Amino acid sequence: MAKGVKPRVKVPKKAAAGDTITIKTLISHKMESGQRKDDDGNVIPRSIINRFTCDFNGENVVDVTLEPAISTNPYLEFEAKVPEAGEFKFTWYDDDGSVYEESKKIAIE
Amino acid sequence: MTILKGALGAFILAGTVAAGAMADPVDDTLTINAEMTLVTRTAAPDHVSDVLDEVMSGWLFRGTETRAMQADDFDNPGMIFVEQAEDVWNTADGSEGKSCADCHGASSDMAEVRPTFPKWNDAAEKVFTMEMQINDCRENRMGAEKWKYTGGDMVNMTALLASVSRGLPVNVAIDGPAQSTWEEGKELYYTRTGQLELSCANCHEDSYGKMIRADHLSQGQINGFPTYRLKNTKLNSAHARFKGCVRDTRAETYNPGSPEFVALELYVASRGNGLSVEGPSVRN
Repeated sequence: MAKGVKPRVKVPKKAAAGDTITIKTLISHKMESGQRKDDDGNVIPRSIINRFTCDFNGENVVDVTLEPAISTNPYLEFEAKVPEAGEFKFTWYDDDGSVYEESKKIAIE
Repeated sequence: MTILKGALGAFILAGTVAAGAMADPVDDTLTINAEMTLVTRTAAPDHVSDVLDEVMSGWLFRGTETRAMQADDFDNPGMIFVEQAEDVWNTADGSEGKSCADCHGASSDMAEVRPTFPKWNDAAEKVFTMEMQINDCRENRMGAEKWKYTGGDMVNMTALLASVSRGLPVNVAIDGPAQSTWEEGKELYYTRTGQLELSCANCHEDSYGKMIRADHLSQGQINGFPTYRLKNTKLNSAHARFKGCVRDTRAETYNPGSPEFVALELYVASRGNGLSVEGPSVRN
């Protein structure tokens, strides 16, 4: 199981209705590719975040497949249109079956 | 033909001016998270006013993207390590079963600490760096194993203690019992080392603002340490940086944590008295 995994998200607290906002996400994760060997020559098993999703009020914003060549602490930045007040829900899926979740509310000004 | 020569001459002149302008520190203001403005240039403290008019943070010598990265805690990769240290701060360790927080309270209560280090320690009768103070706590109060001077745990913890002090001016004491150590540090700063026979001052006092091959020479201030370097993607302590610099003069270096580097750290820190604590800063 991956250790020290911690999701972080940055979403503006409020936006005008219909505005496009920038969302930044980062999860601390070692992203072991499965292609490296340890000192004894044994393959270090793959352990990565393989999927990331973001939903807004139940509607999908992005759904990303992550591959083994992505570096430690994957950082994803994307834009979303905010038609109404609500909640962004972020989900990261780990190879080991763990699911990490984070959510942020946004208000309409 | 004459016209062509004139045009060529003008072109070369323009090129030289552009290159010269690029090497100057930028005129920019460092505001962290759009709310806290840090002092990145200020009048030189008295003891260096004979050689410098103004002291400047290394932040002013870095590129636009690197500067922006430090201005937002989310984008600053060093803050990941600060968060890891925050967990360690609150976790008991050693035979006494105590955490840092058990004696010191919240890490944010430690804001007054970083700006005054390195600092004279009465009990040990020598100048202590942050790292020495942390290991003293671990060994004598927590009954825990000492950390390696430039190890990950150590540099993370110093990053946490620097992060809570951001915005406060560096203010190390150079008089009183610390004075002799400070003078040793000054001696080292001006001593040429290695096959290249370079002292700290040759680059960071005489030539800051110029390019050293592809890199932009700063004043070598350490107010931003520990610093996240993009080239090795981790936090770097001041002593690790000193070691790198001395090595680059092609000398056998002192070790991180050695009395020589402790003295040098005190002296270099004192040259930045008045600049804001910036750690963990972002540099290339």
